[in-house]
Amino acid sequence: MFGKLTLEAIPYHEPIIMVVAVFMAIGGAALLGALTYYRKWGWLWNEWFTSVDHKKLGIMYFVVALVMLLRGFADAIMMRTQLAMAAGGAAGYLPPEHYDQIFTAHGVIMIFFVAMPMVIGLMNLVVPLQIGARDVAFPFLNNLSFWLCAVSAILVNISLVVGEFDKTGWLAYAALSGIEFSPGVGVDYWIWALQISGIGTTLTGINFFVTILKMRTKGMTLFRMPIFTWTSLCANVLIIASFPILTATIALLTLDRYFGMHFFTNDFGGNMMMYVNLIWAWGHPEVYILILPAFGVFSEVIATFARKRLFGYKTMVWATVAITLLSFIVWLHHFFTMGAGANVNAFFGIMTMIIAIPTGVKVFNWLFTIFRGSLELTSPVLWTLGFIITFTLGGMTGVMLALPAANFVLHNSLFGIAHFHNVIIGGVVFGMMAGLTYWFPKAFGFTLSEKWGKRSFWCWFIGFYVAFMPLYELSFFGAVRRMQSYANPEWQPWMILAWVGAVIIMMGIACTIIQFWVSIRDRKLNADLTGDPWDGRTLEWSTSSPAPFYNFARSPEVGDIDSFWSQKQRSNEQLDDAPYTNIHMPRNTVAGPVISFVALILGFAMVWHIWWLAAFGALGVVVSFIARVFNEDIDYYVPAAEVARIEREHEKRKTSAPSSAASDREQTNYVEARA
Amino acid sequence: MQLPTHWRRRGTFVLVVLCLLLTGCSSALLDPKGQIGVEQRSLILTSFGLMLIVVIPVIVMTLLFGWRYRRSNSVAKYLPDWAHSNAIEAAVWTVPCLIIAVLAFLTFKPSHSLDPHKPIEGSVEPMEIQAVALDWKWLFIYPEQGIASVNELAFPVDTPVRFRVSSGSVMNAFFIPRLGSQIYAMAGMDNDVHLIADEEGVYPGRSTNYSGAGFSGMTFDAHVTSPAEFDAWVENVRTADDTLTFPDGYEALAQPTEYHPVEYFSAVTPELYESIVSSFHGGEGSGHGGHSSHGDANSEGHDSHGESSELESASASQQQAAIGHVTNQPAGDDHAMGGHSTSVEAGG
Repeated sequence: MFGKLTLEAIPYHEPIIMVVAVFMAIGGAALLGALTYYRKWGWLWNEWFTSVDHKKLGIMYFVVALVMLLRGFADAIMMRTQLAMAAGGAAGYLPPEHYDQIFTAHGVIMIFFVAMPMVIGLMNLVVPLQIGARDVAFPFLNNLSFWLCAVSAILVNISLVVGEFDKTGWLAYAALSGIEFSPGVGVDYWIWALQISGIGTTLTGINFFVTILKMRTKGMTLFRMPIFTWTSLCANVLIIASFPILTATIALLTLDRYFGMHFFTNDFGGNMMMYVNLIWAWGHPEVYILILPAFGVFSEVIATFARKRLFGYKTMVWATVAITLLSFIVWLHHFFTMGAGANVNAFFGIMTMIIAIPTGVKVFNWLFTIFRGSLELTSPVLWTLGFIITFTLGGMTGVMLALPAANFVLHNSLFGIAHFHNVIIGGVVFGMMAGLTYWFPKAFGFTLSEKWGKRSFWCWFIGFYVAFMPLYELSFFGAVRRMQSYANPEWQPWMILAWVGAVIIMMGIACTIIQFWVSIRDRKLNADLTGDPWDGRTLEWSTSSPAPFYNFARSPEVGDIDSFWSQKQRSNEQLDDAPYTNIHMPRNTVAGPVISFVALILGFAMVWHIWWLAAFGALGVVVSFIARVFNEDIDYYVPAAEVARIEREHEKRKTSAPSSAASDREQTNYVEARA
Repeated sequence: MQLPTHWRRRGTFVLVVLCLLLTGCSSALLDPKGQIGVEQRSLILTSFGLMLIVVIPVIVMTLLFGWRYRRSNSVAKYLPDWAHSNAIEAAVWTVPCLIIAVLAFLTFKPSHSLDPHKPIEGSVEPMEIQAVALDWKWLFIYPEQGIASVNELAFPVDTPVRFRVSSGSVMNAFFIPRLGSQIYAMAGMDNDVHLIADEEGVYPGRSTNYSGAGFSGMTFDAHVTSPAEFDAWVENVRTADDTLTFPDGYEALAQPTEYHPVEYFSAVTPELYESIVSSFHGGEGSGHGGHSSHGDANSEGHDSHGESSELESASASQQQAAIGHVTNQPAGDDHAMGGHSTSVEAGG
């Protein structure tokens, strides 16, 4: 009846997990209770869960990412604590079977459920606004993508209290991930969480690719697009080309595990080297999916706050395109030590280094944007400057790893761990924090506290170096990744130092939480009444903050790069007095949450071999999708009069700025009117 | 790269001293004990030095520009529409291109000279040791001596050693940091790495590729000794009570254990290593499947070797190794490994 699922699956005997579970239960109950008490369920369902508004989806992606960041970081600090303790024969406090789950969960969560939702969330929030569109090309698919990602995150968290999570490392290398060596349900949780969220990501890729190519406003040629949109376009090309590889690879692993097939096993001609190749043929482009949009954020931030045009726009674009193409022919550098021939290794090593050229050019272009600019040292700028320094160092260690002959001693050591945290924290995390701070007013109508933003930056920046420089050091002693304990007591001081770094990063995360709290408390003081708090350059700043659900009352027209900036320079320009027209908008839909929820049931049932439930889930997905297909009532028109009313409100607030008691009152009225 | 060789040496020397000051002599990669490791250290330091040519200016420029062009500085020039300069564009493309060109050269040459599969030229006759990763311990087979050990390795100083590396379980990697290159150990694959030690001592080694619960304890000590001491070690192993038979003794040893103690086997079934490798080449052709049927698949594989004695096979492999670049060639004859070794060569 319940497949492999029995009460034994709940880890009563693990005190740490049980404590966490109790806290999660209390927190969850408090949240659900509050929602019920304040009668917010209807609001949540109608305004958010079923929303197809790209801005709201972007915000929800960020909520998921920030919650999962706490989970992923809890894993990180547990690992660092274990390694600070487990020296010279000491066992530490985490036995291998628990420690192995934690480092796997940390990797999976940070990449798939923190970095990806942040990057995709930011694309959601910003791209349609930057290209002057009303929404994405396929609004329903966008909602579905979000929910597939969200339920996968839920599935990963279920594994914490029901059964176990994967213990094979975040990429689940065969043959270790095969049924023979991993008979538990951990790998199955991994499989279904990644399979469900991966399909969502592929849909996102298609959605944004079409959106950017087909929905740009009048006059916005490809070479007038903001750089963030360019980098998003390239990231989505990478998603479309690489995620199907992940889906297929995991499907083959599924066949191995569920049907006794032998694609990647030790026997019957199965070949684990094929798995490693396939997973990295996806895995390498994946890191560029994360970093390219971050590059885009830095380009926007630096041009805006230096009040200067981006240096070498065309170079920036072509460098991005070059990275996109090159990222597909470097995957073998993740396993030079597999024993390929010297020529093969040399080819992939050199290809990898060539990526450093366009990346280096981008770095110089950012620097020359600052050069002869007027740089305001806001927190997004601090994140950007911190990124340039940190990422350059990470790029350097990356090139060292790309030398096959050097890789033979650095591979699988803590050098690799230090390197990719160097580029992912220094690149993606810093980029997302900069982007979050920069576009936050566009999403919510008020700016974030600068004071706490800067504190967060300094904690992350210093914490990163304290946490990861010791790992470079340790790699030279011969310390490897994924060790639960180590014999050499000389390593312990470095491990303790790394733990201190992790604590400093934790303070950075705490600063961000305080930043949200303080900023929400002072939201009226920090209200962005004009819609253009930073003296911005691109279209998203031409509409009000928060942007109205239809984005632009009249479709904007674009004459050059940084069109909004040049429009502001021509201050004597006649205001557009054309009458408002009815606006065609997509309707909210329940299909996304419903399909995703039954997909969650399908995934859970497959993990535990509850076949009847899996059949129900699979059928549910198909039926609910077909129901959606036959739903004709998917759009509506916003009457011109309604648009005019909303725009009048915005104009009134704009003229009342700078903020006064009166405008505060109006602001309140406005918020109420919208709610 | 001809002219600045002595500069490179001097630069390398300075960097080594700097790094040693920072880390002490316990740094395995900066204080290597073998020729391969020494070359790898100089490659790491050379590339590090080369890249500092870009990295240091970038960091300096970031701090300098960020400070100089801050908004509150009214002295600095502000040109809001200045966004293009052919000279700067040319420089920012050329400099990275040149550095990468040099690095590409640095990549290509050592990829060949430090290719793990390439035999080391030495004055002494090279020897072969076969390493098999098991859950979670290392089995070392000495085909020439007909002995085996678990989690302890010994070989004479200044002798090129060809480690043939495979796995009886999941993927692992064989690595002695003080000596240089590591290589993956994969079931059914006959991989190899050539190493040499220039100095006597005990060097820690381990698996670097995560392989499950007992991974942290998958360590061993490599005892690099004088030839006489090595002979004594071999004699000592030969006095051990245990022998390692295939498949029964091997299957028992292959059972998962953690922090396995050092073990000696005074004798082993001939062609043990080849039998372990080919035990994964069952499949439908031979009608054997699954991990559990090793025994059957293997006794068959073993029979097929027929009369060829252990000694012949080992010396044949050595000759091959001595002749030149032999990649993943099976020491025995033509069993099913041919196809697999090709895929190793191609990088899978």
